[in-house]
Amino acid sequence: MNDFQKMKNAAQRKWDSLRNNKIPVIFLGTASCGRAAGATTVLDTIRTTLKKRKIKAKIVEVGCIGPCYLEPLMDIQLPGKPRVSYSNVTPKLAKLILESNLIKGNPLSKLAIGYFGDSIDGFTDGLPRFFDLPMLKPQTRVVLRNCGIIDPEEIDHYMANDGYQGLVNAFIKGPLDVIAEVEQAGLRGRGGAGFPTFRKWKICRESPGKQKYMICNADEGDPGAFMNRSLIEGDPHAVLEGLVIAAYAIGATKAYIYIRAEYPLAIARLKKAIRQMKKYGFLGANILDSGFDLDITIKEGAGAFVCGEETALIASIEGKRGMPKSRPPFPAVAGLHGMPTIINNVETLGTLPNILRKGASWYSQLGIQGNSGTKTFSLVGKIRRAGLIEVPLGMTLRKIIFDIGGGTLKPFKAVQTGGPSGGCLSGEFLDTPVNYESLAAAGSIMGSGGLIVMDEDTCIVDVARYFLDFTQRESCGKCSPCRVGTRHLVEILQRITRGEGKIEDLDKLQTLGETIKRGSLCGLGQTAPNPVLTTLKYFRSEYLMHVNEKHCEAAVCRALIEYRVVPENCTGCQLCVSVCPTEAITGPRSEVHNLDPEKCIKCRACYEICRFDAIAGDAIIIKSKRG
Amino acid sequence: MSSKILNKMLSGFEGKQEDLIPILQSIQEKFGFLSEANVKQAARFLKISENQIFGVASFYSQFRFTEPGRNSIKVCLGTACHVRGGQILSDAVGRDLEITHGQTTTDKRFDFERVACLGCCALAPVIQINDDIYSKMSVIHLRETMEKYE
Ligand SMILES: Cc1cc2nc3c(=O)[nH]c(=O)nc-3n(C[C@H](O)[C@H](O)[C@H](O)COP(=O)(O)O)c2cc1C
Ligand code: SF4
Ligand code: SF4
Ligand code: FES
Repeated sequence: MNDFQKMKNAAQRKWDSLRNNKIPVIFLGTASCGRAAGATTVLDTIRTTLKKRKIKAKIVEVGCIGPCYLEPLMDIQLPGKPRVSYSNVTPKLAKLILESNLIKGNPLSKLAIGYFGDSIDGFTDGLPRFFDLPMLKPQTRVVLRNCGIIDPEEIDHYMANDGYQGLVNAFIKGPLDVIAEVEQAGLRGRGGAGFPTFRKWKICRESPGKQKYMICNADEGDPGAFMNRSLIEGDPHAVLEGLVIAAYAIGATKAYIYIRAEYPLAIARLKKAIRQMKKYGFLGANILDSGFDLDITIKEGAGAFVCGEETALIASIEGKRGMPKSRPPFPAVAGLHGMPTIINNVETLGTLPNILRKGASWYSQLGIQGNSGTKTFSLVGKIRRAGLIEVPLGMTLRKIIFDIGGGTLKPFKAVQTGGPSGGCLSGEFLDTPVNYESLAAAGSIMGSGGLIVMDEDTCIVDVARYFLDFTQRESCGKCSPCRVGTRHLVEILQRITRGEGKIEDLDKLQTLGETIKRGSLCGLGQTAPNPVLTTLKYFRSEYLMHVNEKHCEAAVCRALIEYRVVPENCTGCQLCVSVCPTEAITGPRSEVHNLDPEKCIKCRACYEICRFDAIAGDAIIIKSKRG
Repeated sequence: MSSKILNKMLSGFEGKQEDLIPILQSIQEKFGFLSEANVKQAARFLKISENQIFGVASFYSQFRFTEPGRNSIKVCLGTACHVRGGQILSDAVGRDLEITHGQTTTDKRFDFERVACLGCCALAPVIQINDDIYSKMSVIHLRETMEKYE
């Protein structure tokens, strides 16, 4: 442990030199989301600008700090000045900001969105603190505390921020006290079901077996959720430290990370972090002289949603088809290669170092009774401020969607929680506090933390069809209620969205849904009908409108919509003509255009390109095929 | 030729059942798809039948059995992308390339797949071409984006 203190001091010096910088430091968010928003070209511009202007500066690539809708995010910290953040940075803007800041000493505060640390008069004039921005202020960052702050590829940055202190504390306590601490903290698994973490650990620890295994479930198969990706990309050591703590608690000397192949950056960062851990003695034999040994192997998933289910995941690691098995025996008793195995979610693991570092009583004060701590969510869909957030459990949906997310552009319609296993909740649930029990009582689930917000432009029946189509394709096919039943549900839903639904279909959806839930072996089938059942319950009128009037109010169901030109708005600019793939739109320049519905394939190109709302929004008319 | 490269690759594995999926992944990484010859060689190495390998490989959506194109285009059909128009993009790609997902154009310029989520949901809708991810995509920008790839 002496060595630990030495390493920590060295790390602290490195971190301090960054904070008390002698040369400018430029921070750039280059997580996958930042890259998708264009951060790599911004990075190139930063490099060439520095070179051309012969400016000495340090570039630090950080993970995603949360407000993805503002990406790319670039921060500049001049010597003796606070770190100032700029959003939606294009290469051109980056050049302007750099030259102004680094050459003219003018922070261009008008373009900035916030600053970190202490305000300095005349420099951060009128700027808010970054963490006081409306999206950030209501949040509590525990798991995400380092994301966007430190360089995820620098183990020293992590250590300087109390990294691996939790592991040291765990070794001092011993495995049984670690389990007790996690019990007192009240931590429940963040992968979906919310099972008390200590309980399965205890079972595993007490189960006989000469080899025990610890597995990190980084499959994140839930479409529309990216919390786990962001955490791994932004702070890989936090997850790895948690993995070592968990392995130590249950007595496993071999650990796996099962991660989806669609996350190449996360995989690369894990690999790099593992190499750093070995070098620092946090992995391998006799970790920090504790007498505890651990090896970690990364297993890339091969694209099957069902492999997120524990027994399927184990089969997949063993090199088989990822088919779930009936339980008991639970993996904690007989898992990988028949040995006691614990599978924990990325966020569960990322929480552990914090609990071991700051103590169970600190953690259990966050959140509410029975649902302690914080939860990360990916807040996406038709929301103004989309991104990654972390809030204490018990916060209401309204606070999350409206205060943090800034609400919707068009009127709010629904929020989908829990991914394909969850449900759609209507506006009357907005004051529901978000916790495992209250969401379940509303017919949905917490799940892994995807929150997909929908406004009036979203068709609920289409969303239900979407989810069923997904689960139907992802069903492993082992049980017939799941395999055949979901296919049947999809067919009915497809009919309804085509305007060919009958009123009896609604009852069929209901009874079939209930049968599938009862008759399926694993969580996939047991929850697959939830999106249908909740929408039938809370949005019945929308189903009825599709069935009785062949009407899709949201103008989503293709068979029920038609595009047309709004003559009052059309300037005859011919833009739509140029994009229409079927020559459905014609008309001489400068005159109102004509759209031939017979030729139109409803590709939406004209709608997207028109600058005059002449084929826009309310201009989509719904052709009622009555009778 | 390819069998030599594969032999070298295989020698990095122990030959346990657990190695099967990682072996298939490295074959696909190297050769772009799982050819019959390569599967045969892997079967010999792992001492299991080719059918067993195909049985496992076909379960996972990652594996392909036909030659990919020079460029790969993936359209995200995750939930966030779906509510923001992913299906419309997917249709547009199919129409432009005159193939459906899972296929490769005859000139081998593109193969086209649909994926469940690329993890950039806040910037939906998202498509990926080779290693580049494009966010807030629209049918309008699709063609010019695809034109960057020969
Ligand atoms: C079909 C299906 C998919 C799942 N996908 C995931 C996943 O992607 N990530 C995850 O952590 N848990 C997933 N789970 C839940 C896991 O099986 C398991 O409960 C969880 O990883 C346990 O970790 P925790 O106790 O830390 O929550 C899935 C479950 C089912 C039934
Ligand atoms: S419920 Fe569905 S996914 Fe789960 S084991 Fe049965 S068939 Fe497979
Ligand atoms: S929706 Fe597409 S096909 Fe129809 S008119 Fe517009 S551009 Fe043409
Ligand atoms: S839903 Fe498309 S990137 Fe996640």
